[in-house]
Amino acid sequence: MTSILVAIVTLLVVAAMVQIVRVSELLAELKKEDVNEVTESDNKTQSILYLVIGFGFLVFVVWQMIAWNDLLLPEAASIHGAKIDALMQFTMTLILVVFFITTPMLFIFSYLYRGKKSNNAYFFAHNNKLELIWTIIPTIVLTGVIIYGLKTWNETMNMDLSSAKYIEIHSKQFGWTARYSGEDNKLGKSDFRLIDATNALGVDMTDNNSLDDKITREVHLVVDKPVLLQFRSQDIIHSAFLPHFRVQMNCVPGLITQFGFTPTKTTAQMKQEEGEDFEYILLCNKICGSAHYNMQMKFIVETQAEYDAWIAQQKTLGQKLLTQR
Amino acid sequence: MGHHKETFITKYIFSLDHKMIAKQFLLTGMFMALVGMLMSAIFRVQLANPGESSILYNLLPSNWVNEAGGLNPDKYLALVTMHGTILVFWVLTAGLSGTFANFLIPLQIGARDMASGFMNMLSYWFFAIATVVLMSSIWVETGPASAGWTIYPPLSALPQAIPGSGTGMTLWLIAITLFVVGSLLGGLNYIVTVLNLRTKGMSMKRLPLTVWALLITAILGVLSFPVLLSCGLLLIFDRSFGTSFYLSDIVINGEILHNVGGSPILFQHLFWFLGHPEVYIILLPALGIVSEVISVNSRKPIFGYKAMVGALLGIAFLSFIVWGHHMFMTGMNPFLGSVFTFTTLLIAIPSAIKVFNYLATLWRGNIRFTPAMLFAIAAVSTFITGGLTGLILGDSALDINVHDTYFVVGHFHIVMGLSAIYGMLAGVYHWFPKMYGKMMNKNLGYIHFWTTFICAYGVFFPMHFLGLAGLPRRYYSNTAFPMFDGLSDINDIITFFALAGAIFQVIFIFNFIYSIFKGTKTTKNPWGSNTLEWDTPIERIHGNWPGELPTVHRWAYDYSNPNSDEDFIPQTVPLKEGEEEH
Repeated sequence: MTSILVAIVTLLVVAAMVQIVRVSELLAELKKEDVNEVTESDNKTQSILYLVIGFGFLVFVVWQMIAWNDLLLPEAASIHGAKIDALMQFTMTLILVVFFITTPMLFIFSYLYRGKKSNNAYFFAHNNKLELIWTIIPTIVLTGVIIYGLKTWNETMNMDLSSAKYIEIHSKQFGWTARYSGEDNKLGKSDFRLIDATNALGVDMTDNNSLDDKITREVHLVVDKPVLLQFRSQDIIHSAFLPHFRVQMNCVPGLITQFGFTPTKTTAQMKQEEGEDFEYILLCNKICGSAHYNMQMKFIVETQAEYDAWIAQQKTLGQKLLTQR
Repeated sequence: MGHHKETFITKYIFSLDHKMIAKQFLLTGMFMALVGMLMSAIFRVQLANPGESSILYNLLPSNWVNEAGGLNPDKYLALVTMHGTILVFWVLTAGLSGTFANFLIPLQIGARDMASGFMNMLSYWFFAIATVVLMSSIWVETGPASAGWTIYPPLSALPQAIPGSGTGMTLWLIAITLFVVGSLLGGLNYIVTVLNLRTKGMSMKRLPLTVWALLITAILGVLSFPVLLSCGLLLIFDRSFGTSFYLSDIVINGEILHNVGGSPILFQHLFWFLGHPEVYIILLPALGIVSEVISVNSRKPIFGYKAMVGALLGIAFLSFIVWGHHMFMTGMNPFLGSVFTFTTLLIAIPSAIKVFNYLATLWRGNIRFTPAMLFAIAAVSTFITGGLTGLILGDSALDINVHDTYFVVGHFHIVMGLSAIYGMLAGVYHWFPKMYGKMMNKNLGYIHFWTTFICAYGVFFPMHFLGLAGLPRRYYSNTAFPMFDGLSDINDIITFFALAGAIFQVIFIFNFIYSIFKGTKTTKNPWGSNTLEWDTPIERIHGNWPGELPTVHRWAYDYSNPNSDEDFIPQTVPLKEGEEEH
């Protein structure tokens, strides 16, 4: 039934278009014009449309910035994240200024210089001075952007991690697991060949450093304490994305990657600011298969005391090994 | 030129004439564009109504849809992958370069045909076979390739990881191999033709910007496509012959794979060494067309011709040393990240020059608003809008939080997708009279342009906000995360515009077909253009010029030159006494 309807509608649409073309051809014939010749009145209509619809687009842009501002990510909840936000603000301002100068120019020129029979275009093939100006100005501005960007990048990537807590984030289709290093802050060795039903991360239990490691299904962090996340994947490339902290790093099978940062706001604080439903979430951000869209793990930032109480409850791998025996 | 009789087969199918081959590329490209667009309409419906059934899903093979009538998640990824592959390679590489390089290069340089008509024919037929192979993969039991158009291994290497990485992926790799062969045959031909077959007087300094852009594009293709080919070959080895170029340390479905020592990151380096020049293989021909159309219809010389050529060369050179900006988050050395940030942001300089030169060309022009001109101005608009957000993505520090989000999707669809599609449509409207001897209907062209312009920005601009809200791309749905619940309105708006925009393309298809058969007859030079293609007769003849080849006396942009009463001086008109050439 629907396909018959679709067929009928299609036929009607085509018929309508044929009529539009025919009518415009007949009208042009009456006026002794070539139907497809662009006339002065066409130039007028189209240039006005460019002005109106073009500015309509700019209004649409401004409307989006206002209406959807609340939907954007809240301020960064990490030290380096705040620097990234500042750089973002700087770049965004620059982009918007350029955008709101050049785009209206395009539409206004289209309107102002619409073709008229009485007009002649101005023969203006080049002007070295002008061209030099608009080569040099972007170059200077970009130098600033590049220097500022590289400075922020270096600060982010070369953070002082000497006191950071080591946590391994292990990924597979389609889930995350965390492994905390023990008090020695050393993670035990692991090997993908050891992965099986009882040893999901392939931890090498002959390594003494492994015994005090703790495996958890969510990650707790201490506010204002640096942490170094080390990422592993056992199958596909995943990407660990923690948008609220401005943290992202691919998890690559055969490689260990890492990202260090310092959270600055507890989950409780964020709940106060952003609403009761707020949670820090780790998402997968690299296409990894059917359930890519639902690969997540909760992160909780809390005070030292809360963290100590939680971590004490988690069993070490050594303890688990004993109970298994 | 031999005057042997043309049969239907030699004229329309195995044609050696560059003009016919161009039309073959155009029609195949347009068909693939419709397929790709339909796929995007289907996955946009899924994103607006996650998991629900839709009448559009009836178009899909039945095993793509679950019992409740919803789209299967892995088939959502199949649609996204095929959409990307088709649009990037089939439409905006072969459809755009294949059409206009073939059509314009011999005509605008004053040559009778390509250097090798036979290679040119082969180039199309490799492309045609690649098209058949790619399309056939849709009906494979396990579905077509589903690892994203960038086919990163291990996902693309292991059928255990996603069903599409089975036979579908094999067919994808075969199709791309054929595609690369075709595009190399074409590209070499374009380069040789431009360098060797220019008519008397057509010095490089007098080449129209379209030819410059197509030449540089062909050079980019010849230098980068072989790398994609080798990248794909190594993947074929990993998939079928047990090698470990890209695979290491993998446990999947409880099975420990034997592969050690490979690196998935190596694949990305090879892939993006093609992949980034590819962006400009797509964009530069469009910018060439835009330069020509804007100049002709402003009735003014293109402003800063030398700077425009310089900017094209600059962009082309830089495009080879920026590929790492796709890989900031792969864990590569942060110092390398710094280098790629530096080179990437430099591209903004030649890009800015191009934009300012377009604006200066429009300034004090006498603008004639043909449908082609509307599209050309819109291409400048999208080049600005999309180019600016590149300053965020190319900056490694900022990329941390927008990498692989919808911000990227919005960015590249505007700067590369829309600019190139607009350039391509401008080209079709502008050269249609030369291709078919008929005019396309102007009023339908206007309606097509405005509906497309509105819908396209309606689709892609809101995506920036999804990205700034942290939404990753290639998600089947975002309902699994409460933090994205507020974004459903934006998704609805995008889907609305996507469906509307797709439907409005019917106007273009209709206009195209109707005008071929019933369009009004064109005059020899309907746009008052200087370039040589308008010096040829309206009827298609093999060899382009019935008599001798024309001689060129001036550059292509003498519009509204005060030395002449007319507002254009074709390139074949000799300089007046005492006239200086620009």
